Amino acid sequence: MNRTNLASILLFTASISPAQVTFDRILNSSKEPQNWLTYSGDYSGRRFSTLDQINVDNVKSLAAKWVYQTGATGKFETTPLVVDGILYGTAPDDRAFALDARTGRPIWLYQRQLPGDLRPCCGRVNRGLAILGDKVFMGTLDAHMLALDAKTGNVVWDVSAVDYTQGYSFTPAPLAVKNQVVIGVAGGEYGIRGFIDAYDAETGKRNWRFYTVPGRGEPGQETWEGESYKTGGAAAWITGVYDPTTNLIFWPTGNPSPSNRGQGRAGDNLYSNTLLALDADTGKLKWHFQFTHHDEHDWDSTEVPVIIDQGDKHLIVQANRNGYFYVIDRTNGKLLSATPFGKVTWSDHKDAEGRPIATKESSPTLEGRFVCPGASGVTNWMSPTFNPVTGLFYVNIREQCDVFSTAPQPYEAGHAFYGSAYIPAPQGEPYSGALRAIDPATGDIKWEFKHPSPTWSGVLSTGGGLVFSADAEGNFIAFDARSGKPLWHFQTGSGAIAAPMSYAVDGKQYVAIATGSALYTFTLP
Amino acid sequence: MPPKVVRLLLLGTVLFAQERNPVAGDPKSAQAGEFQFRINCSFCHGLGARGGGRGPDLTLARKRHGASDVEMFHNIKDGIAGTAMPAAIGSIGVGMTDEEIWQVVTYLRSVQVKTPAKPPGNAANGKDAFFGSAKCFACHMVQGKGGRLGPDLTGTGSSRSLESIVESIRDPNRRLAAGLTEATKAFPQEYETATVVTAEGKTITGVTLNEDSFTVQIMDPAEKIYLLDKDKLRSFKKTRTSLMPAYATSQLSDKDLADIVAYLMSVEAK
Repeated sequence: MNRTNLASILLFTASISPAQVTFDRILNSSKEPQNWLTYSGDYSGRRFSTLDQINVDNVKSLAAKWVYQTGATGKFETTPLVVDGILYGTAPDDRAFALDARTGRPIWLYQRQLPGDLRPCCGRVNRGLAILGDKVFMGTLDAHMLALDAKTGNVVWDVSAVDYTQGYSFTPAPLAVKNQVVIGVAGGEYGIRGFIDAYDAETGKRNWRFYTVPGRGEPGQETWEGESYKTGGAAAWITGVYDPTTNLIFWPTGNPSPSNRGQGRAGDNLYSNTLLALDADTGKLKWHFQFTHHDEHDWDSTEVPVIIDQGDKHLIVQANRNGYFYVIDRTNGKLLSATPFGKVTWSDHKDAEGRPIATKESSPTLEGRFVCPGASGVTNWMSPTFNPVTGLFYVNIREQCDVFSTAPQPYEAGHAFYGSAYIPAPQGEPYSGALRAIDPATGDIKWEFKHPSPTWSGVLSTGGGLVFSADAEGNFIAFDARSGKPLWHFQTGSGAIAAPMSYAVDGKQYVAIATGSALYTFTLP
Repeated sequence: MPPKVVRLLLLGTVLFAQERNPVAGDPKSAQAGEFQFRINCSFCHGLGARGGGRGPDLTLARKRHGASDVEMFHNIKDGIAGTAMPAAIGSIGVGMTDEEIWQVVTYLRSVQVKTPAKPPGNAANGKDAFFGSAKCFACHMVQGKGGRLGPDLTGTGSSRSLESIVESIRDPNRRLAAGLTEATKAFPQEYETATVVTAEGKTITGVTLNEDSFTVQIMDPAEKIYLLDKDKLRSFKKTRTSLMPAYATSQLSDKDLADIVAYLMSVEAK
């Protein structure tokens, strides 16, 4: 190679600019496996990368490539996006950043100026961005939607969704669909009225809003006792998925409010703990499936649902916080199976549709009742993964039971509205965690890897025959997807509260995960 | 801007106005406080504020970090440095407003036991037994004296309830003591017992200081620390049977037990 050619290549590399991320590109994300275009990697929620440069044979040589320190304290929950060599992520307190994905050096940084009177329930967290066109999108703790210029991080538009002082906030990564960005609200601990919003990506104009608790006279309001629907909760704080063939957005919802006290809100409490199928263009409800009727254990169904096709079956599956693995026909919302994938004591029978139903004895009392799983669930919002090559669904589980008791509270706007308390089991039972591989066709557990204590890490699977996850003890681990054997690990120094992802730049595959306050990446040497 | 003296006076007025329990003695506030307590505090201090293995009994009149309403308010609002007690805003639950914290203080006042619960034993005798006949010191340290195999008990009297200390002596396997607590882990390491056989065939039994999926740290009864890779061991077994003996009344009379507990409750952390 002569000097001129080398110089022109360097110049080309140095002047790389963010390309337009069209809806079409996200639809066809499998054609550009080097990029990670949505929170879960694509529209299906599979968190599966076809990249196979790092594989079962060479993963033992995997080594840290770069580490980006955010400088932020608090739970670092982001899954970064990567587009054409640039990585986009978020950090606690609504920071956003764009990095050179090869080196971790920042291109721009954005810090939201947040009001001083925020009281977000569960940490000042943010789980990531959406990208569409030349913008990235972030929901904020003060319940605004922002569009940032992907080149500079400058605010292009800033729209207030709702009054944050009433307990509303945005924490999940939005989902870009067609010409809009979709996001669900958090605040199930404040007796909010949950909703899912879609904003025009160009202008920030709200295209539609779906309230997850029906208003007066609307279908479903009869599932709430008296006026209880007014403080019904049903937040929607995890990123949903999209099925282009039916143009449906599938978005799961959280607990009814107050979370552990069902007294005063008799009924099924729609659409709490429900998988919603919404028309992407209008936000109109096509069907719904409620996982837990009248939940009294804070078992939000805010776990990422995963679209799976098996032959002529068009499925959507979810490993639910209540301990059951649900397989649903996504064309009509019909339940096909519900199988426990961890320790469950709250249900001993199913209804005519096959849905597990709570026993009377699981209902919390003032004195407290021992129920499995505990309030954190058999799993939680940490992402699972589905690997179409092995046909297995991988999810981190917790074995932890709690004593659930009630704590009646009057509703006051913007104040905590739990109605509940839960404490660890007094028996001093050991807690544990595990990574489990589930056959979605049968619900059978094919293998498990026990963690010393439960982890909040999500899971990634790859075309290299690998599953990546982290434990609460700080290890980032690569497993053989078929056997569950750990093949490699790296001590990051902090338990992970985020899910791994993978991308490639200049022909080199990277695996990334956020732990502590740092984003780690790994490559082969 | 007013002159400095005036500003100080103004500041003083404001502080004075805030630094009084505005709902002291109000039964309605005490009840609201009880529910706030259940939601935000019972995880460590128990549903009735009587403490447990994670947090002290708050019904006692004597409180290590201050027993006045204002001191309690600040302990709740700001947390207590150097202890597991977090600030009310931030890391746990949804946080509490000042008003809600005053309600909790009022609730704690309402459940305070009238006669300060003095441990029934004799602390001086307990100290003798701890460092003498009962041989607690062989494994436990108090104020810098004693062994290192078990937890340091210097602060245990102020961080746990009397009942939980008694239980730990009579039935230590029921709830293993918590050891190393890492900021980013949901649960602390517990004092489990591990037995390993090394590649060289050496058998080591000791307490687990820390463990992850790939490594384990063990201290044997001679206080030797082993840093081990699990994949290099011939065998690795862990049990929830503590190395701490269960002291039945035949080994430790109720009187000696009461004395030792009284001693532990009397010890001040330095």
